[in-house]
Amino acid sequence: MADPMRIRAQAAGDKATVRVLMSHEMETGQRKDAAGKIVPAWHIQEVTATLNGKPVLSAEWGPSVSKNPFLQFVVKGAKAGDKIAVTWKDNKGDSRTDEATVA
Amino acid sequence: MSLAKLTMQKTLSLALTFALCAGAAAPALAQKTTSQGIDEYRAMLADGNPSELFEAKGEDLWKKARGPKNATLEKCDLGQGPGVVKGVFVTLPRYFADTQRMQDLESRLVTCMETLQGLNGAEIAKTPFGKGEQSNVTALATWIASESKGLKFNLPQAHTQEKTFYEVGKRLFYQRGGTHDFACASCHGEEGKRIRLQDLPVLSQNPGDGVGFAAWPAYRVSNGQMWSMQLRLNDCYRQQRFPYPGFGSNATIALSTYLGVNAKGSVSVAPALKR
Amino acid sequence: MNTKISCVIAALAVALMEVGCASGPSVAELNTLTDSIIKASFRSEGIAKVERVTATDETNRACSQADVAGVPLDEKTAKAIEESNFKSIRWPADGQFLGDWKQGEAIAQSGRGLTWTDEATGTNGGNCYNCHQIDKKEISYGTIGPSLYNYGKIRGVNDPKSPEAKLMVEYTWGKIWNAKAYNACSNMPRAGHMGILTEAQVRHVVALLLDPQSPVNK
Repeated sequence: MADPMRIRAQAAGDKATVRVLMSHEMETGQRKDAAGKIVPAWHIQEVTATLNGKPVLSAEWGPSVSKNPFLQFVVKGAKAGDKIAVTWKDNKGDSRTDEATVA
Repeated sequence: MSLAKLTMQKTLSLALTFALCAGAAAPALAQKTTSQGIDEYRAMLADGNPSELFEAKGEDLWKKARGPKNATLEKCDLGQGPGVVKGVFVTLPRYFADTQRMQDLESRLVTCMETLQGLNGAEIAKTPFGKGEQSNVTALATWIASESKGLKFNLPQAHTQEKTFYEVGKRLFYQRGGTHDFACASCHGEEGKRIRLQDLPVLSQNPGDGVGFAAWPAYRVSNGQMWSMQLRLNDCYRQQRFPYPGFGSNATIALSTYLGVNAKGSVSVAPALKR
Repeated sequence: MNTKISCVIAALAVALMEVGCASGPSVAELNTLTDSIIKASFRSEGIAKVERVTATDETNRACSQADVAGVPLDEKTAKAIEESNFKSIRWPADGQFLGDWKQGEAIAQSGRGLTWTDEATGTNGGNCYNCHQIDKKEISYGTIGPSLYNYGKIRGVNDPKSPEAKLMVEYTWGKIWNAKAYNACSNMPRAGHMGILTEAQVRHVVALLLDPQSPVNK
C-alpha cells in the first residue's frame, strides 16, 4: 500500500482551496540506471477528487509531472465540514484514496 | 466544476513548467535578476513541501510498536525527558548521561531504536542513507525537527564535553584536507560568497534565521530526496574529496555542535525545501 | 570507538579537576583530541583514502592552525611554505605552456573526479567555475575566487609566445599547478601538485586564460 497523501482544505466564502501532496516516485520511463537499462515507467495516470461523494475534478497525468507531486485546486460550493476525497491511480494498477474535512 | 478544472489545469501547467524547468536559470537575465528569479522559483516551491510526507512517516514510526522488543519510541529521551519531542531539536547535539557521550539527533534516535526496540544500532549505522532502517531514521528526524519549527536554537554548553566538542568542531571546521585542500571554511568562511549560483552562508558565526544548521533536514527538489543533517555533512565531505565520515561519528557530532552553538538564537525552519 | 573517545575526554576532565583546574582542556590537548577523533571517525571509501585527512601535509596543517587561531601565518612561515610549494611545481616537459582553450573551457566547467563515488580511471575536471567567473557567456559562476574574465587582456598578454609574456605565462602555469607557491594559505586547490589535472589539462586551462583567441580575452 502506497504512502498516504497529505490533504488540506480551507474554506473561504463559498469556495475551498484544496492542497494535496502525493507520495509517488513518478518515474518517467526514460531514465537509465547505472547499468544502462531503462528504468520502467511508474507514474500516476489518473487523479480524481470528490466533494461529499460528488466528483469535482478529474485529471490525466503523464511522465512530466515530478516526483512527490503537489496539486492545488479550488472547489466552488464547499463549506467547513464537507468531505474532500482524492484518489490517484498509477500505470501499475496501484491506487490510493485519502480524505480530509474542509476546515 | 468547470472552475475547479480550469484552476487545476492552470496549476498543473504551472507545476509542469516548473517541474520541467527545475534547476534551470533563464540565461538571458542579468546576474542579479537570475538570483532573484531563483529565489522566486524557490518561494513558489515552498508551498506543498514534500518534507511533510516524511514528517507523517516519522510521526507514525515514533508511535508504532516495532523491533524484537515490539515497542514504540514514545519513551525515547532526546534530552528533555522520555517522550518529550517538542523543542528538543533546537537543543541538539548535547551530552547524554546514560550513554556518557555527546549525541546528535540521529545517533540518539539509533540509541533509542536499539535500547527500546531491540534493533541493531551498528547495522543501522552501516546502512546507506535512503535505505532500510536508515530511511526510517531520516523520517523520524524530519518529524522531530518539525516539532521545533519556529523555535530558536539553544544548545546547552554547560557540560565539559559540550564545551570540548564545540572546540573540536571548530578545529574540524577549519581542517584543510583531501586532494583539493578544502576545509568547511573554504566555502563557508567568508561573507558574500557563492559557489556557482548557490549562495553560501558563513557558518563560523551565526548565519541568521533559517540558514545553515537551521535549514536541515530538508527536502532536495533536484534529486527528490529527504536529507538529514548527517547526510548533509556526509555529502559536503564527499565533495570536499575527504574520506568517508562514519554515520553518527564523533567528528560529525562535534561539527554539528559547533554549527548549532554558532546558530544560537536563530530560528529553525526545518524541515525546509532546497533546490 | 565512541566509548574510547569519551573515556579520553572523561580522563582529561578528571585529570584537570584533580589539578584544581576548572577551565577545561588546553589548546594542545584539544588539538590532540581532534586528531584522535578524526582518526576514529573517518574511513577510506572508494578512491578516497583515509590518509587524505589523517596525513595532511605541512601546508594544510599550518594554514588550518592559523585559521583556527584567527591569526594569519607569520611572514617567515608563510614564505617557507610558499618556497617549498614553488619547488614542487612541474613545468611543461616540452616547454609548451598553452594548449587548446576550447578543451580548457570544458575542463573549467567540469567538477568531476576524486570523490569517493568517482572511479580511479575517470577524467577529472578543474572545478574552476565553482569559484571563478571566466567566460562572460557563462552566468553560473562562483565568487569564492576573483573573476578571471579578460585575464590575459588585462595583463597585456597579446602574444603568449613573446619574451614580454614569459613571466605572466609562467606565473599562470605555476598558479594553476600549485596556488600555494604564491600565497601560502590560498583557498585555491593545487591542481597539478595534487594530481587533480594532468599536464595536458593544465596546458588547456592556461590557453583558456591567455590565448588571445579565447573568449575570455574578447
